[in-house]
Amino acid sequence: MDFNDTPEEAAFRKEVRAWLDANATRKSDDKQSFRARNDDPELLKKAREWQAKKAAAGYARMTWPKEFGGRGASPILQVIYQQEESNYLVPLGFFDIGLGMCIPTMMAYASPEQLKRYVKPALHGEEIWCQLFSEPAAGSDVAGIRTRAERDGDGWVINGQKVWTSGAHYSDFGIIITRTDPTVPKHQGLTMFFLSMKTPGVEVRPIKQMSGGANFNEVFFTDVRIPDSQRLGKVGEGWKAALTTLMNERLAVGMPSGGLDVDELMELARDTDLEDGPAIRNQQVRSRIADWYVQQQGLKLTRYRTLTALSKGQTPGPESSIIKIVAAPKMQDMGAFAMELMGPAGVMKEEIPQAGGFQAQWIGGAGFRIAGGTDEILRNIVAERVLGLPADVRVDKDIPFNKLGK
Amino acid sequence: MNFDFSDDQKLLKEQVRKFLADKCPTKVVRRVLDGNEAYAEEVWKGLVDLGVPATAIPEEYGGLGLSPLELCVIAEEIGRAAAPVPFDSSVVLATEALKLAGSDAQKKKWLPELANGKAIGTLAVAEGAQPPRPRNIRTTFGGGKLNGKKVPVIDGDAATFAVVLANTGGQGSNPGDRAVSLVLVDLSQPAVKKQRVETIDPARKQAELTFDGASAELLGAEGEGWSLLERLYDAAAVYFAFAQVGGAEAAMWMARDYALQRQAFGRLIGSYQAIKHKLADCYVKLELARSNAYYGAMMLTDGGADLPLAAAAARIAATDAYDFAAKENIQTHGGIGFTWEADTQFHYRRARVMALSLGGPMAWKDKLVTRLEQKNAA
Repeated sequence: MDFNDTPEEAAFRKEVRAWLDANATRKSDDKQSFRARNDDPELLKKAREWQAKKAAAGYARMTWPKEFGGRGASPILQVIYQQEESNYLVPLGFFDIGLGMCIPTMMAYASPEQLKRYVKPALHGEEIWCQLFSEPAAGSDVAGIRTRAERDGDGWVINGQKVWTSGAHYSDFGIIITRTDPTVPKHQGLTMFFLSMKTPGVEVRPIKQMSGGANFNEVFFTDVRIPDSQRLGKVGEGWKAALTTLMNERLAVGMPSGGLDVDELMELARDTDLEDGPAIRNQQVRSRIADWYVQQQGLKLTRYRTLTALSKGQTPGPESSIIKIVAAPKMQDMGAFAMELMGPAGVMKEEIPQAGGFQAQWIGGAGFRIAGGTDEILRNIVAERVLGLPADVRVDKDIPFNKLGK
Repeated sequence: MNFDFSDDQKLLKEQVRKFLADKCPTKVVRRVLDGNEAYAEEVWKGLVDLGVPATAIPEEYGGLGLSPLELCVIAEEIGRAAAPVPFDSSVVLATEALKLAGSDAQKKKWLPELANGKAIGTLAVAEGAQPPRPRNIRTTFGGGKLNGKKVPVIDGDAATFAVVLANTGGQGSNPGDRAVSLVLVDLSQPAVKKQRVETIDPARKQAELTFDGASAELLGAEGEGWSLLERLYDAAAVYFAFAQVGGAEAAMWMARDYALQRQAFGRLIGSYQAIKHKLADCYVKLELARSNAYYGAMMLTDGGADLPLAAAAARIAATDAYDFAAKENIQTHGGIGFTWEADTQFHYRRARVMALSLGGPMAWKDKLVTRLEQKNAA
């Protein structure tokens, strides 16, 4: 066992480092990052420039086929690129949904002409895509959406509302799941489209989050007309298309990085005086630190197991499905615990140097436990797909959508 | 990145798994639990024939000279089967103690016998009610004679020899500590009395050993007993973690299989989220434990500087995973899971024995943070 690169991987890592050294600034330590919120217009401009550079050098989506600007490379090389890139001060995050979920869905369903038109600008950061799935009445149960798309001549008219749409306020295009037939059970009456966010009748309203940021939005659709050529997949097969999108989300081998962790908690425990001396000598504190260290290591090493499979060209096992289930509550609980160590001043924004970081974890953790699959939905997924337990009883499965109670 | 076992190691694992599935089904565990035999002799003999005790013993001492990784995959299967055999005592603790601290003569005498199954070794540290510390070890060794009492000692009545932690007189390294040493003692002499004791897991027999001037010899340097024991426990923690992972996985699937056949309120209990989420949590803990155990195995094999930290993390995660899976397996079964006739008890009992035998989670969490502090200071 070892954590070493294969010769091919090592050569690639060297190439990537050289390129990054020539094109970006290395972080002074691994906690440094682009701290600004990603609703800052300057940051978006810088992110577009970085994305364009990356795409021109062929690093943006290495696993994509050559015709779409990729290299047809193994996923492990993309991971190596990301590992190296994370050591540099570069703005990231604006293009992940578009390139990770929307464009792969387009690749599965759009025409060759459409792909020729949309893939390249997305890859180069010129156009940003968002995913219009969740609605006020359809979160975890996304097939319960109510936004209607109705036939009108050779096109469609969309009316309804989406919510929690990350990045809609700076996106140029979106893929949208709609209900085209309310007279059949809920999974059967759905159809997927893509559209320009500039289409008349589309209105984006940012939602201010508990953390103070506004990365996601409500999106309203009022008599939005789009041509049938923007349909993705067959009429009534939108659920199948949505699963393509969500599967691509699951393929993204990701884990929150940066932020405060056990090292910083130990530092805080050394600096904090409790009744019986420094907090780090207190057995309750030590026990919590040990638990979180075991989780932190466990997640890192689980990821290494997944990367091992990728490196060997195998399909990874289901082990990475534990990552968010562990990481999100850990973030929330550790933040709260660190604040407790600080005493009453743990609630203040600027009294204690590390306070802001741990408060951000405590706040952010509350959102992270929900975003991209709640703790509960993720446990259902593990139980059903890994352990083979039955799906939940679905009382609405065979009932026409328009006959369901509100 | 190569953070996985090799194909050969996986093949070995499969071979041991098949053997145990065939020769050590749960009815064998039950036979030992209900009966008087010290361990399942026919299973042990089969494991000896497969070369299990010889696995990590160097070839010059009659072993197969394989790496810790091979022994780790075997440990996982022993744990999965909850096999009632002297694996933890003899193959892990006694063998590793000899490899760690034995002189050439001691290794020549005992390792070949361990490898071919003629000898069974064990480790005797505890002396009753207090968790063992250097200051409360009352068993003494001096002038070649061992005196005192050790209890509980796993496989104490079946073992041929024991590695004993004894007070060798004088001051230990910390104030109030006595100097302790590891001592090697042949258990076949009349000056040793063996008395079986009752424990929570009768499938693994334990005993009280009384030494009344028994002939013995130092294993490793005098006064180094505690630090040798700590190093021995680090290696053992990794092997134990694999056994615990195997046991946790078995308990989890036992619960899952039951959840797929038991109906309540008109549907399978496995379709209720209360059960699904509980079993998903078993899986989460299991994978955290597995990943930490793999790193422990890697450090053990490479003699890596991270071994003390990796071993502690593996120990904590695996103990948690096994305890949780074992108790929630009973809970998932409901009343039938609490009967003597149900197989759920085997893992519940074994999980607790394994959790306590090298020191419990509380002690290992304290150790882990100490080691983390040392690493960060370095």
